[in-house]
Amino acid sequence: MDLKNKKIIALGERDGVQGSAIALCVQSAGAEVVLDVTHCFV
Amino acid sequence: MATLFKAGPDTFELPKTHCYTRFTNMQTDTALKAPVIRGVRYFLAHTPGLVQHGSKPSRDLLADPGLAADLTSHLRSFTDASAYLPNRAFLGGIYPDDLLKTARPWHGQNGESSRWNPHGELMPEEEFYGLLKIADAFDLVWLDEDFTNDVAATLAGHPLVSEDDLERLGQGHPHSEIEERMAETGGGLPLQLRCGRTIGCIVRAHDEDATLTPDVLLENLACKASAAMALRSLLSETSTAPEDIPYVINCGEEAVGERYQRGGGNLAKGIAEMCGCTEATGSDVKAFCCGPVHAMVMAAALVNSGVYQQVAVVAGCSLAKLGMKFRSHLDNDQPVLEDVLAATAILIGEDDGVSPRLRLDSIGKHTVGAGSSQQAIIKCLVSEPLDRLGLRFQDVDKYATELHNPEVTEPGGSGDVPLLNYRMIAAMATMAKEIEQADIPQFVQEHGMPGFSPTQGHIASAIPFLGHAVDRIKAGEMERAMFLAKGSLFLGRMTQLSDGMSFIIEKNH
Repeated sequence: MDLKNKKIIALGERDGVQGSAIALCVQSAGAEVVLDVTHCFV
Repeated sequence: MATLFKAGPDTFELPKTHCYTRFTNMQTDTALKAPVIRGVRYFLAHTPGLVQHGSKPSRDLLADPGLAADLTSHLRSFTDASAYLPNRAFLGGIYPDDLLKTARPWHGQNGESSRWNPHGELMPEEEFYGLLKIADAFDLVWLDEDFTNDVAATLAGHPLVSEDDLERLGQGHPHSEIEERMAETGGGLPLQLRCGRTIGCIVRAHDEDATLTPDVLLENLACKASAAMALRSLLSETSTAPEDIPYVINCGEEAVGERYQRGGGNLAKGIAEMCGCTEATGSDVKAFCCGPVHAMVMAAALVNSGVYQQVAVVAGCSLAKLGMKFRSHLDNDQPVLEDVLAATAILIGEDDGVSPRLRLDSIGKHTVGAGSSQQAIIKCLVSEPLDRLGLRFQDVDKYATELHNPEVTEPGGSGDVPLLNYRMIAAMATMAKEIEQADIPQFVQEHGMPGFSPTQGHIASAIPFLGHAVDRIKAGEMERAMFLAKGSLFLGRMTQLSDGMSFIIEKNH
């Protein structure tokens, strides 16, 4: 998937992949992160 | 400034303050004391009638009062809650791995049940309401007089309830007065049993203060009462005189305070007071769910440095989390499993030559600059502490991580949280070339365990296994265990970071 110039909403989870980690990955692939949120489900 | 004492080249002086520290032998004894875990106790209260006051149920019931009947019909009996295998594992009645011998759903099993278990008790809701009144220093809780008579008779037989407690319980009030009081104060919360009978109320403590409303006060009182029962049980089990406890660290997540200092804190001192620890003071340690692991390390450090000979770490319940996943439980037509309040108390003291040692030379901490990926977190909490001691992943018999009961979390799509964490630890062992990728399931089974803890926030993070680990290590069946916990700091909206902390305990050689 080409993420260049795409706008990304990063929804993370504490015990899975955190939002900020997703954001770093997609930014390195050229995407713009418009929202970066991490939730805790416990 | 007056010279306090001289030690080597440095001269220590008293600061100009009115609050000088008394000079004691304890402070002159600079020999380091290896900290050990001298006792661990747990406490559960089965409180189906309080589920409606959990954060999620209270919001949903306000929006849709029609949910009440469905919720009530899915609340468990005390017998079912005490027979529930995860609750028995939490209280030491069975070893966590024993859960694997029983096919899920565990809530469908109605086997052996007991209120009194090796690591603590499961208290019925009637008695816990009595305890709330006993813990209430400001006459905020009013209980029905008939109910009070009954519960006084029951509590009189409790081994950890005193005559003074029964005096504080009082005589109760006529039901009509309770209704009048709730109407007068406006917004008072009714206290009800599972059957729906109103047996009392809790009212606000200030007309305008949003931190002293009945719901907040109920959370705080429940936290205090449950932690106090865990501490009383600990003192009794370890034959420790209450006045021999010099310091108490509370690591529950409740924000006790008022409008000018919302989280002012030191619930620890209130808990110590309720347990007769007249020579103690204390403080609260907050770090979301990893608060208890931070508190354990701090307590061990206080003992290690000789400041105190022993420190009690206590954590009360999280009433807000009652019924947190109740909608998914109703959707699946299963009992509402988040119907218990949980607490724990741990005694850390100087080396007695028997109790497991807490290794302060290899604490794990998730640092600000470490990064937020699971790999970075496990590296900080597991890999690096093991490296420092020259240990391999497989040298740790059991890892205790987030131990939430999957039967609570899976119906709502939150997954099996312990399993996620164990797979990540195993993956790191693979990256360290200790095990093959194909060996990950075996590593998880041998070094992990099924989740068994109530979803009570900080209580569920690692600490529920501590009692089991201490038992096994003392019995020579285990060499060492690691405890790692994570905290969701981002929920408070002050940072995007999470937190983590870990420690290792091992056999006392």
